[in-house]
Amino acid sequence: MASPNQLYTPALLEHVQHPDWNFELEDATCSHEGVNPSCGDDLTIHARLADDGTIAEVSWTGEGCAVSKGSADMMADLMVGLTPTEAKTLCATFGELVRGELSAEDAEEALDEAACLASIAHMPARVKCAELAWRTMDEMLAGATEPSSTEDGLVPDAGDAR
Amino acid sequence: MADLCRASGLTASEAENLEVNPYKADFPLLAAHPDLAYLDNAATAQRPAAVLEAARRFYETMNANPLRGLYSLSVEATAAMEEARATIARFIGAASPREIIFTRNASESLNLVARTLGERMLREGDEVVISILEHHSNLIPWQEACKRTGATLRWLYPDQEGFFSQEEIEATITPATKIVAITQLSNVLGMEVPVAAIARRAREMGAYVVVDGAQSAPHLPVDVRALDCDLFAFSAHKALGPFGVGVLWGRLELLDALPPFLTGGEMIDSVSQEGAVWAPVPQKFEAGTQDAAGIYAAGVGIKYLEEVGFEAVEARESALGRALMAGLAERPFVEVYGPEDGAAHHGVVSFNVKGIHPHDVSSILDGQDVAIRAGHHCAQPLLTWLGTSATCRASAAFYNDARDVERFLEAIDTVWSLFHGLA
Repeated sequence: MASPNQLYTPALLEHVQHPDWNFELEDATCSHEGVNPSCGDDLTIHARLADDGTIAEVSWTGEGCAVSKGSADMMADLMVGLTPTEAKTLCATFGELVRGELSAEDAEEALDEAACLASIAHMPARVKCAELAWRTMDEMLAGATEPSSTEDGLVPDAGDAR
Repeated sequence: MADLCRASGLTASEAENLEVNPYKADFPLLAAHPDLAYLDNAATAQRPAAVLEAARRFYETMNANPLRGLYSLSVEATAAMEEARATIARFIGAASPREIIFTRNASESLNLVARTLGERMLREGDEVVISILEHHSNLIPWQEACKRTGATLRWLYPDQEGFFSQEEIEATITPATKIVAITQLSNVLGMEVPVAAIARRAREMGAYVVVDGAQSAPHLPVDVRALDCDLFAFSAHKALGPFGVGVLWGRLELLDALPPFLTGGEMIDSVSQEGAVWAPVPQKFEAGTQDAAGIYAAGVGIKYLEEVGFEAVEARESALGRALMAGLAERPFVEVYGPEDGAAHHGVVSFNVKGIHPHDVSSILDGQDVAIRAGHHCAQPLLTWLGTSATCRASAAFYNDARDVERFLEAIDTVWSLFHGLA
């Protein structure tokens, strides 16, 4: 059994309690909504691209669990200055981390403190929470228009299976 | 525990009873994890060794395909299944073991009813009445039956505390009602539904009564004839038995009159190139090879429950429910759903820690070896009606004890401290 206190680190909780990027970006050049219907996580990612095509600023709005919100705030920090291609690569790296395909040590250089979410790989039902912002960002950069769901293709919440 | 005892109105002897636990040693998983506070019994029960040994004994000493065998092993396998059928018939007060049909789970039992009784009975303009408390298992089959037949689904609502008034029952169940399908015990709020009063009104209106007993059968003494219902469904896995075994009870004359649900082997008397003659009840509803070992073990689980006895089960689960409720009531940062009276919860308490998502709460509890459920509990319309998308839920069974309650409450404090920088 993984200890979730490895997950609910001071770094994650700081981003949840005092987020840096939880606001609507007024001059956003693109926005995209991502939802996890069974959890009620519903985040919108906003981004402003600079004239040279790099990402100038990212923010997030919406509601969700601590993992989804903390992860979104950490992501917003990391995206500034990247080209869309670099950003998509980083989203893919994060996906590998939370699915347990990449160790926290190997991910730390690219993902900085977001690498602390590595322990979620031991909690399959929560991976979609951590991934929500990243997948939404990735789909926004790919030009998606429909809201994204990280539950697509996953086993739904089984509830009290009878 | 002394404080908790005072706050929850537990008597000294009730509190003392919760301090000792004569049951845990019978449950290998709980015995192997003495620090685990397993409070997700409404999702599935833990299994006593007797049940695990029974399944193994079946395969080691009587394994053969039951029903059609003409040799002694197969006869023994058949007898093992029929022994379970008789045990379960007695357990819920059925008139005859023939009234017991084995399915995979309560969901399948309820689908069977919706596809056979529902689709045979319902016409455009007819109404099916369910309640807002229903688990998806007793909701979607009726939504689908209504779609296929043009009937209308109507909903019974309880008051804020979760109780159904006679006025509500009479206003909703009318001469247009053909079927009333209702849970006996809410898997989210824990309170009992007045099934007998609802069945009486349904009878007066000429409607059939289907009861979802998945949550009630393991926690309350059930007497299907006293309830005066027509059909009653539950799952073995919530009643100390194995996964994959469900039960459907029905009045014999009704089961005789219904068409089969699934067809194939074992459910026929004779087959020609043109058609088939159905086997008598219950085999008519048991197509294909059954999980005979599971059914046998399910019967052993029910016998274990009967040996503990519902007097002890109810007393202990009531005390555990009151202790959980009292502990949460002392924490102003927790919001509890359902009746204020802890005794009305039958050990099931749904709650939220203010401002913290239920999935975060359950993950943090997991790190402290406290297992609860978080989410919509397969009752999304109920949660929407309660004004929330998800809750945490602690659900106790008689093999829980005072220490489980204490560890749960301490873990809830840790959740709050962690999020508010106090830890």
